[in-house]
Amino acid sequence: MSAPSPVAVLGVGMHPWGKWGRPFHEYGVEAALAALDDAGVDWQDVQFVAAGETVRNGYPGYVAASTLTQALGWNGARVASCYAACASGATALEAARTRILAGLCDVALVVGADTTPKGFLAPVAGERWDDPDWLRFRLLGATNPTYFALYARRRMDLYGATAEDFAQVKVKNARHGRHNPRARYRKEVTVEEVLASPVVADPLHLLEICATSDGAAAVVLTSMDYARRRGSGTPVTVRAVSTVTPRFPNTIIELPAFATDSAAAVAPPELTFRDSIAVAAYEEAGLGPEDLSLAEVYDLSTALELDWYENIGLCKEGEAERLLRDGDTAIGGRIPVNPSGGLACFGEAVPAQAIAQVCELTWQLRGQAEGRQVEGATAGLAVNQGLFGHGSAVILTT
Amino acid sequence: MTAAVPAIEGWFTTDAEPRLVGSRCTECGTVSFPRATGRCRNPGCRGRELVEHHLARTGTVWSYTDARYQPPPPYVPATDPFEPFALAAVELAEDGIVVLGQVAAGFGVEDLRVGAPVELVVEPLHELDGVPQLIWRWRPVGEVAA
Repeated sequence: MSAPSPVAVLGVGMHPWGKWGRPFHEYGVEAALAALDDAGVDWQDVQFVAAGETVRNGYPGYVAASTLTQALGWNGARVASCYAACASGATALEAARTRILAGLCDVALVVGADTTPKGFLAPVAGERWDDPDWLRFRLLGATNPTYFALYARRRMDLYGATAEDFAQVKVKNARHGRHNPRARYRKEVTVEEVLASPVVADPLHLLEICATSDGAAAVVLTSMDYARRRGSGTPVTVRAVSTVTPRFPNTIIELPAFATDSAAAVAPPELTFRDSIAVAAYEEAGLGPEDLSLAEVYDLSTALELDWYENIGLCKEGEAERLLRDGDTAIGGRIPVNPSGGLACFGEAVPAQAIAQVCELTWQLRGQAEGRQVEGATAGLAVNQGLFGHGSAVILTT
Repeated sequence: MTAAVPAIEGWFTTDAEPRLVGSRCTECGTVSFPRATGRCRNPGCRGRELVEHHLARTGTVWSYTDARYQPPPPYVPATDPFEPFALAAVELAEDGIVVLGQVAAGFGVEDLRVGAPVELVVEPLHELDGVPQLIWRWRPVGEVAA
């Protein structure tokens, strides 16, 4: 398979992250209009709308693409609503990209928006004895932080990671996000403050686990021909989108499962699922980790950011703490990670988050990330994972 | 007191030496927990006969944590106020699988370590309409090395 042609990121836009409790589409419309403005594209010229679904707000959330299209004013665009949990945005982006590459449209709008409850994300209500996401709460009291903490504790027992290492991830990201006008939390924190916050799931403290937020992000994707015809110069381009699923047997326990696959009959694949997400993107783009200027990774917890360093090939297994301690992943370091401030500064707006990562990469590659700019950035990777086996990785280049 | 019942039917036995109940493919030997139906989960196997399989009772800790805050519904707290509990993901070598569970009452994260041996027990989880509901749990065995 040869490398796919690039598509142009003509415009990006976000509604700031926060907690207001308004319907998701109100945020989505603001993000969409900002992206259309940024692209200089008229809404009536958009031919395809792909949106990440939200399980909030009932039916309108399930049909997010048509809800947002109606809210922007019916324009006859074709739509696709995509659900892949935290990876929903990448799935929507991929739907738009493939439609453009197939020559079926020139201009697509990709949107994700969410409104979230306070506290732990809980499963869909009712008696749902056939839904593992419901059952894990009922039978085990296993919340999302339970799983994040299992990974964190393993780093401590196997690689000698310390509570201070994890806290330093938060300190770094808080410093990065301090000047990001769209971030929800814009305040520096110290290691002492992180470690003084209550433990939620040992060894993770409250300040190390990402909050749930309201927010929205949007991207205008177009064919390269369309961008040229419009005289859009040299836009940032999408070079790869990876939406891979695990290969059997997946031997790392994942949300919301009770158990891993069994390796009794078949040996585990060479790459773990999380490793394979980035590898598929690198292969598609014809690039490697050494080509990256920056990365946005899914820091659902501080410790999970360290796992991602290894999963995306920035270092070998067990070496992530050294990378962090050396300052390699801070802005100004060898490979800045989460210059936006990451989930640590945003909190998670599930269907919007993968799209927000693409917005940040775009601003960085254009040199427009004021107060948090990675100098001379030419290539960026955004990576994420949705529960129930959804990979999400996007590579953008100048 | 009303007799205790499993919190979910068919996922574990409740005898003196309880076992988790999964399935095993008669074609390739792949194990699943909870039990799989339909076809074998090994994509390279065409097996469709999945028989009941009792998983190993003992394993080693893959990782562990605890819950310091009360989980949201449908979790049913056993006590008011809520009392924190520990959880462990446990590797069962012969079944090639890692299974998550709460840790037995009276044990916390300080009693656990990656690689430490544990065994399966069945204990009350909470009560529904006055009926104790049972669940599988992992109990540390032997001393945790300091």
